[in-house]
Amino acid sequence: MSDNKGIEKPVESKVDQEEKRVGVFVCECGVNIGGVVNTKAVADYIGTLPGVKVTSVNKFTCSDSGQADIQKKIKEYNLNRVVVAACSPKTHEPTFRACIEQMGLNQYFLEFVNIRDHCSWIHMWEKEKATEKAKDLIRMGVERAKLLEPLQASEVPVIDKALVIGAGVAGMQSALDLADMGFQVYLVEKEPSIGGRMARFDKVFPTNDCSICILGPKMVEVARNKNIQIMSYSEVKAVEGYVGNFNVKIEHKPRYLDVAKCTGCAKCSEVCPVEVPYDFNEGFGTRKAIYVPFPQAVPLRAVLDMENCISCKACTKACESKAINYDMKPSYTDVNVGIIVGAVGFKTYDPEPRHDFGYGLYDNVITAMEFERLLNAAGPTGGHVVRPSDCKEPIKVGFVNCVGSRDKNTNIYCSGVCCMVTIKNAQLLKEKRPETDHTIMYMDIRTPFRGYEESYNRSRNLGVKFLRGRPVEVKEDPVTKNIKVRVEDTLANEIRNLEFDLIVLATGIVPHEGINQIQQLLKLSKAADGLLMEAHPKLKPVDTTIDGVFLAGVASGPKDIPYAVSQGSACAGRATILLKNKKAITEGITAVVDPDVCVGCGVCLPMCPFQAIKMDEKEHKANVVKALCKGCGTCVTACPTGALEQSHFKNKQVLAQIKNVFKFQEVAA
Amino acid sequence: MSAEAVAPNTNGWEPKIVAFCCNWCSYGGADSAGMGRFQQPPSTRIIRVMCSGRIDPLHVFNAFLEGADAVLVTGCHIGDCHYVNGNDKTKIKYKFLENVAQELGIEKERLQLNWISASEGERFANFIRDVTAQIKKLGPSPLKPAGVV
Repeated sequence: MSDNKGIEKPVESKVDQEEKRVGVFVCECGVNIGGVVNTKAVADYIGTLPGVKVTSVNKFTCSDSGQADIQKKIKEYNLNRVVVAACSPKTHEPTFRACIEQMGLNQYFLEFVNIRDHCSWIHMWEKEKATEKAKDLIRMGVERAKLLEPLQASEVPVIDKALVIGAGVAGMQSALDLADMGFQVYLVEKEPSIGGRMARFDKVFPTNDCSICILGPKMVEVARNKNIQIMSYSEVKAVEGYVGNFNVKIEHKPRYLDVAKCTGCAKCSEVCPVEVPYDFNEGFGTRKAIYVPFPQAVPLRAVLDMENCISCKACTKACESKAINYDMKPSYTDVNVGIIVGAVGFKTYDPEPRHDFGYGLYDNVITAMEFERLLNAAGPTGGHVVRPSDCKEPIKVGFVNCVGSRDKNTNIYCSGVCCMVTIKNAQLLKEKRPETDHTIMYMDIRTPFRGYEESYNRSRNLGVKFLRGRPVEVKEDPVTKNIKVRVEDTLANEIRNLEFDLIVLATGIVPHEGINQIQQLLKLSKAADGLLMEAHPKLKPVDTTIDGVFLAGVASGPKDIPYAVSQGSACAGRATILLKNKKAITEGITAVVDPDVCVGCGVCLPMCPFQAIKMDEKEHKANVVKALCKGCGTCVTACPTGALEQSHFKNKQVLAQIKNVFKFQEVAA
Repeated sequence: MSAEAVAPNTNGWEPKIVAFCCNWCSYGGADSAGMGRFQQPPSTRIIRVMCSGRIDPLHVFNAFLEGADAVLVTGCHIGDCHYVNGNDKTKIKYKFLENVAQELGIEKERLQLNWISASEGERFANFIRDVTAQIKKLGPSPLKPAGVV
């Protein structure tokens, strides 16, 4: 075993020599651990290990009294190593590091053993074996703890500029709050206009106010804010660096016109002969190949869709300000920012490939987003809801909830907002045309927030029918093009055969195609629903595991508008802690070179993705730049001489753990 | 090095498996397995490292020599590494590990590589269940020193 002792700083050799006095604190986590693992037996056993001066069992070690117990025992027993056997270090390590640091111990003298998530919770019915496993795990921790060395966390400067990716309502809120606090913000949006999904909604629940009427002024506010630089029709292509100093490469896709000259008059669109389905209207109606995204677009500038352009140059002739330029190429901007907010949004579930409830087979089955555009006064029909087969206004409308949500075949999670979307849509049409007849086919109606239940009651009072059941058969009448639905009314316990003029599917929330790219660029994790994962589902809902990267809006799970807006503000608040202090604390765990052992072979250099290892040309030795080293330890395994070590994960520390997985048992005679 | 001393009764025998997990993905996956209460055989002892790139052949073969019935090398999915590409290097190193294991006469079931994200609790649990079942069939590792449990 490579025990390279006594080569490093004198501090560490003193640490090596001093007597190790370990205190072990076993948490019961209420009954989470205590209900499975016999914590008393565990503590008794651990107490017999060499070096363990005291063991303690607490109901909740993380509580005030639990932490006070640790601090008291550090003093009483003059402890210099602390082992906490509890939940996950991913959530609670900082708590206990701070706890022991208050008592004057180096925070890296804490060893955290997971006996909940990795033991009691996964061996609920094997109490004895779980107890034995807990003993093993803590023994491993104790032996590792004895070898822990003191480390210092380092400080890095933070550039007081921010990048917000995604200019939907969450991203805009984040940008506005950061800008109002005085920080320069780059707001990157992949679409030609900011506004996001909310710009496409007709009205928003539960108040049913016009979506663009409340969003439009916010979009203008963003555009007018001197601290915000909008980069529309742009995408983040590369992210390098770390908290405090991210170098970000942004690609500006060519609009094929000079934004400075374009006035958004749309004369170019008037003359353009090409018509393509209008994506903003969910494919209903058409737009031209050169077009202004929508009337309230910010920036109010045209964009030329080169894929569909036939190069007739009619627009060039029509443009009075001579803005059009066919030869435009993508351009790039590099920005340096201290923090990044990811508000990258979502898309709605596409029922086409699976033909859910006949979507894509029958004309008169549409999605809620399509219905939303039909309802909208600026939509393809001027606000008249018509059915696609014959453009007649439907009388009997059926709504199907949970399409692409709460379904083992598609997505198991609840999208959270679709119940309210359906309720609102039914209300709006009922108010517009009282003669219409609405049936909502649902599994459960979920109305958790202020005004939602009231809105639900209101639609019942308006005469909207609610039928608990999921259609099992959907067929089109070949003559009338009506949709015949066979559905079990699970409350009345009977099968119903219903006929509708139009069926509207409440499609759920799913990640959009770009999420993988953003995930990889920002080094984030994805959750089971395919959306991005926050640092902690409860206590760090907008932080991520990457310092200086925050998430807002539906990018990290289904949310309604107020929730997304709050998260936008929350990100700004969390980010301001870094931006205002102008410094961030980074982990003390890094690679370290023993210059006496290093032969300067340079094998480690290409191992480091952060270029943190530099070759000292004069001495011909590898040298780790601590500010750049992220502490992964990959270089350490590559080092052929054992000159490189990873602090806190030194070979001797890992090997001590490995050795103590096992114990020697006398074979009974 | 004989197996008889350790496991006279294979029915109740629980193998000891050492799983190396990276802090960001597979360790989180093991946490998620706990949060989801996905029950697993109590065979595995997890050792946390910051990145799967840190998992050294020294660690893996020491685990076998100390008495591991199986060793699991786990990390983030390729492309998702918290440290850009540490797991790519793990993949390369793993080939070497496999070769050495073969030379040493370690059955291939005893050394396994898997990429598990922090949200894949069920995947983690299934992996542990599968490996444990495979190892139970094989019996204790031929490298296990006598008297070690």
